[in-house]
Amino acid sequence: MPAASVATGAAERVIVPRRPARRRTLRRYGVVALFLAPWIIGFLAFIVYPMFASLYYSFTNYDLLSAPRFVGLENYTFMFTKDPQFWQAMRNTLWIIAVGLPLEIAFAMLTAMLLMRPRRGHRVYRTVYFLPTLAPAVAAALAFVFILNPSFGPVNQILKGLGVDHPPLWFFDPSTSKWGLVFLGLWGVGQTMIIFLAGLLDVPAHLYEAAEIEGANRRQRFRYVTLPMMSPVIFFSLVIGVIYGFQYFTQAYVASFAVAGSAQSSAAVNVGSPQGSLLFYSLYLYVKGFANFRMGYASAMAWVLFLITMACTAILIKTSRRWVHYQGGFR
Amino acid sequence: MAMKRWLVLLAVLGVIAAACTAGTEDQGTPAPIETGPDASHEPVTISMWVPFGGAEYKKMSVVFDMFEQEYPWITVEVRPGIGENDEKVLAAIRAGNPPDAVMSWSLDSVGKFCATDAWQDLTPYMQQSELDTSIFPDSVTRYTSYGGSQCALPFLTDAMGLYYNKDLLAKHGYTEPPKTMSELTEMAKELTEFNPDGSIKVAGFIPWFGYYEFTPLELSIIFGADYYNADGTASAVASDADWQALFQWQKDLVDFYGADNLKEFVAGQGDEWSEPNDFHRGRVAMMFDGEWRVAMIEDYAPDLNYGTAPYPTPDGQEDQYGIGRVGGTIVGIPRGSAHPAEAWLLVQYLATNTDALVEMTNIIRNVPTTFPALESPALDITPQFQTFLDVFADQGSHYKQTSEIGTADQDLVSNFGEDWQAGDVSDLQAGLQSTAEQIDNELAAGGG
Repeated sequence: MPAASVATGAAERVIVPRRPARRRTLRRYGVVALFLAPWIIGFLAFIVYPMFASLYYSFTNYDLLSAPRFVGLENYTFMFTKDPQFWQAMRNTLWIIAVGLPLEIAFAMLTAMLLMRPRRGHRVYRTVYFLPTLAPAVAAALAFVFILNPSFGPVNQILKGLGVDHPPLWFFDPSTSKWGLVFLGLWGVGQTMIIFLAGLLDVPAHLYEAAEIEGANRRQRFRYVTLPMMSPVIFFSLVIGVIYGFQYFTQAYVASFAVAGSAQSSAAVNVGSPQGSLLFYSLYLYVKGFANFRMGYASAMAWVLFLITMACTAILIKTSRRWVHYQGGFR
Repeated sequence: MAMKRWLVLLAVLGVIAAACTAGTEDQGTPAPIETGPDASHEPVTISMWVPFGGAEYKKMSVVFDMFEQEYPWITVEVRPGIGENDEKVLAAIRAGNPPDAVMSWSLDSVGKFCATDAWQDLTPYMQQSELDTSIFPDSVTRYTSYGGSQCALPFLTDAMGLYYNKDLLAKHGYTEPPKTMSELTEMAKELTEFNPDGSIKVAGFIPWFGYYEFTPLELSIIFGADYYNADGTASAVASDADWQALFQWQKDLVDFYGADNLKEFVAGQGDEWSEPNDFHRGRVAMMFDGEWRVAMIEDYAPDLNYGTAPYPTPDGQEDQYGIGRVGGTIVGIPRGSAHPAEAWLLVQYLATNTDALVEMTNIIRNVPTTFPALESPALDITPQFQTFLDVFADQGSHYKQTSEIGTADQDLVSNFGEDWQAGDVSDLQAGLQSTAEQIDNELAAGGG
């Protein structure tokens, strides 16, 4: 449609036709939506719907076999006032995050620094350290249950050979069971190590040179150059580690079953053994939902977990302004 | 602002969709069972899901061939290996496309299956077929029904008893297994050999939860300790004095060995389901186990000189000798079954047909669940296996009371038992009281 002009006393106004452009825009949006549709449908069906369904179920008594019965805040009240196992699971989960995660980050950093230098065979070592990441979680956990078996596992055989009369019972003792999981985590630190290695290789060499000229020793260069430059990578690992830590399941499930015995009666296999030391939040949620027919309660636990994870992530992001330094100067 | 509105709309839609999608169906009365010569025998295919898988399924699948010979117009499509915890079956029931019949090992879920009609009440079918339930021992009703609904029938069962190594017993002058818990304690101590460093070399009997089949459930059957009161509305873990007795008995033997010694010994236990099992290797002189151990000893330790006996009894209850913990595979018809009449014929066949039960006993070495099968001369069994038939036939043998909270009650008692045996509980009664309260809370929260 050609532009029309309206003569006024003062000046000529040109009316710009809008409809054709708007139709083209809508058509473009439609094409974009069509290409995005598979993802959007999947997102709605497998993320949004289950999320809000679980929110609804968290306010109900739902046993998966009959219609959900609305009970208000009963599940949440039960969780915080009548369920000691909830607190035990929460403690175990927070322990693995507070102890296991920093150790994994430190070990990944140390390994990456050792593999950073172009020594003979460094590519082979980088591959070797990464390989455990490829092992399926169940297989790795079973392997570690064997390796750390107090009676015939190689670790304790070596310790006894070194003169340790009563080496730890690892997964069979509540005071050492989670340490077994920590060592399992350290063994599989290859993925984090690779990310740290990439970060270390990206630290500008001139910063180290400048520090050396200023008289900084190795420890000071690490403290004042390496750590600040690596802080975004450390921050990323912390956030991801916290999120995954709260969802810790497979390794604890396998180890706990191995310890609890493979008894014929399913209830004789006490998930979380020994003495609930391997009862993690996600594991307890699973038992409550599928073995105890309390999907409403499990849904409430899932939402509490979501809120706690969000809160921890928000705290990490908020505090990151003080200690995370981005090369571009962005915050 | 527009994004916020979209998010709110999504949330509302999600909640509405969720509220609308969960529900139940009304089954109505079952279809009439017609099997007579004048009835229509239109060919029909029914489906059954079973937890057996692999080599064991291959052995037991012959029972479906036998059924099809008996009912030639019915073809059974079996889906094996569905797993032990019924999640697939429950998902199918919720989705409205369950198999026609189902087999399960989840005794602890019977309460919920019956209460919610996830498995149909078989009483109308049983009445139509005039099934004589006196062919089952009393224990069967206890573990296949709940709240007035008989939602399952048994298909073979497990029975528990005491295995003892005759050579190890003879070495210390014993020719008979213990018949009371005091005798078990005394013999356990006598038969134990320690290493120079104080660790256990050969154990007389391991009283540690987590060691194979030694569980609070087994002890509760021996001591007659009930998980619930008579009407199942409250936990009896604190009020039933037998719980105190059983935990005290266990603690006495744990103190003899030393908790740390036991932990180390148990940590070195051989795989339960293969050759390295401690009993096969003579690492333990006596242990609780099920009838399946007989077949395993034949395979993995054929030279082992062993015997089987019922569980010992508490002192003063020697008249109870012969009982044990029983309960095993169950069969039923799920809600929404497309062919309930034909499914019932299959369920009834599996539960009651003497030839089928005897054949299965001879093949997969479980205990048959009817008196006619238990007394059948066609059973091919050893004297050691006969013990378990006698245990199941004993009207005092039983499983624990069913409830609607799945394994929660046993989880809580086991948790307490682990703390108790480790010496972390100073006041037994207070600990039992706390456990009972938690079970009551679960009942109140989870029961319907």
